[in-house]
Amino acid sequence: MNQPLQLEQTSQKSERRWDPLKPQRRLAYLFLSPWFLGFVLLNLYPIVSSFYFSFMRHNLVKPPKYVGLKHYMKILSPDKTFIRSVNNSLYLLFVGVTIQLAFSIFCAVLLHQRVRGRGFYRTAWYLPTLVSPAAASLVWLWLLNPEYGLVNAFLRFFGLPQPLWLLSAEWSKPAIILMGLWTAGTTIIVYLSGMGEIPRDYYESMDLDGANSWTQFWHITWPMLSGLTLFQIINGVIASFNAFTATYIIAMANRKASGSLGGYKDSLLFYAVNIYNNAFNKLHFGYASALAVLMFVFVLLITLILFKTTRKWVNYDA
Amino acid sequence: MLKDRLRKRFRAFIKYLILALMTVFFLLPFVWILSTSLKEQNRVFVYPPEWIPRPVQWENYKLAITEIPFLHYIWNTIKIAFLAMLGNVLVSPMVAYAFGKLRWRGRDKVFILVLATMMLPFTLTMIPLYATWSKLGLVNTVIPLVAQDFLGKGYFVFLLRQFFMRVPDELMEAGRIDGASEGQIFWRIAYPLIRPALVTVGIFAFVWSWTDFMGPLIYLKKPELWTISIGLSQFTTSVGMNWPAMMAAAAISIIPMVVVFAFLQRYFMEGSTASGIKG
Repeated sequence: MNQPLQLEQTSQKSERRWDPLKPQRRLAYLFLSPWFLGFVLLNLYPIVSSFYFSFMRHNLVKPPKYVGLKHYMKILSPDKTFIRSVNNSLYLLFVGVTIQLAFSIFCAVLLHQRVRGRGFYRTAWYLPTLVSPAAASLVWLWLLNPEYGLVNAFLRFFGLPQPLWLLSAEWSKPAIILMGLWTAGTTIIVYLSGMGEIPRDYYESMDLDGANSWTQFWHITWPMLSGLTLFQIINGVIASFNAFTATYIIAMANRKASGSLGGYKDSLLFYAVNIYNNAFNKLHFGYASALAVLMFVFVLLITLILFKTTRKWVNYDA
Repeated sequence: MLKDRLRKRFRAFIKYLILALMTVFFLLPFVWILSTSLKEQNRVFVYPPEWIPRPVQWENYKLAITEIPFLHYIWNTIKIAFLAMLGNVLVSPMVAYAFGKLRWRGRDKVFILVLATMMLPFTLTMIPLYATWSKLGLVNTVIPLVAQDFLGKGYFVFLLRQFFMRVPDELMEAGRIDGASEGQIFWRIAYPLIRPALVTVGIFAFVWSWTDFMGPLIYLKKPELWTISIGLSQFTTSVGMNWPAMMAAAAISIIPMVVVFAFLQRYFMEGSTASGIKG
């Protein structure tokens, strides 16, 4: 890594007229130009626009009109649907992400041990991640059918109570979390490869001290993977607020039973569903933008807080 | 000693039992999809559930592709997914090379912006983007869906940069000494070395596009433009609660992905692993 520094120094001293890095810079600017265009037009401009739209009455048809903080006042008045969507997303964040992480780490630990047929398990567990969210929603809608679904058939076989799953307010979110576990394969693979990078002798030295695998996990594996976990949590925050596809498809299928876009009694009305509904069904672009901006601020805050507080628990050397 | 051995045996037993249960959880839904998709419609309502459909009802698949223009949706999806793949394979290596191997001022600071775009929630940019595309009259075209793919997607830039950084500087310096231009060094030396990673990028671009839901939902309003995912979501409306036909449709959407995966498994695993690398 010292090499580039040296090169720049010598170039400054000896040859002012001809800069040896100039051809590299030229190619870099050429190669960067599509990205730069995309960054400005598809990312930066829409972000700024979202803030701008949030102060406007905007419905795509009539010219936008400035309304000041009206949308924010309405959201924080507080709007019932907004509160419900925040609660639902927070449920998904705290309960769902926790379960998903614990489940993924558990699966990865299992596969990390010496097991016969490891490749088979890895492939089998990864397979559901290839199913599109739309297809997965349909499949789980059928698996969790209260009367004829496979899950309740199992529960019935063992004499356990059979919830109404997606047709009840209490069980619809657990059902979504269960669906999420089915597609946890990517997270499992990520953890598995993270565990593969932990040097063996760390464990061996603890073996000598006679530590059991439980202690080993908490003293080596968990701290060494804390960087990965932080990344997964941040992704989980964003995913919880952006959960959409399953709700949409379940609502389409259960229209008669629920009569709304948010699933049974709006129990699956996640934050992004509320944004979509306001923007593309009601055409309240301004109000929906204000919702999006609030979400952005919230997600950004959580991410910053996580980064600030994690110095204590994240091992950056890992 | 005997006690120790017994305990070891018992632990191994528990381990394999859990592994088996997990595998059942991950795989049984696939079996169930296939089984349901081949059943007569009234046979899905029996208890205990039947695993082997009797009689086997292939008509469900025919129904799935004739009741709604499912083959047409597949064709639409292939077109979009192929464009997404093409764009990412062409553009993201160039951008990644600029961030990973070329030297210019402020490079690493600008790269933080790439990371930031990876974290950007889709819902934040969705509304202004829709308003703009709509003003340009490009709603109901594939352009809004693949524009980002042709302008360098943050995730793939990030992934390929990792691979470019592993290309030894000496190789490139040797090229410079031999009088190769910077463009030639990229094309003849660095690019061939990251080709395996490019396969990963291509696959993931294809799969993500294939499975995308919200994008096509917002931008493709005309039914003749719909993708498989949108077609599936409309299935409940057009065919009603015909579970065998619905599972047949789901199976049709899943099978191509599984086939691709069977042949290119290694690249899937690599791509997934790289996504977890701490930024």
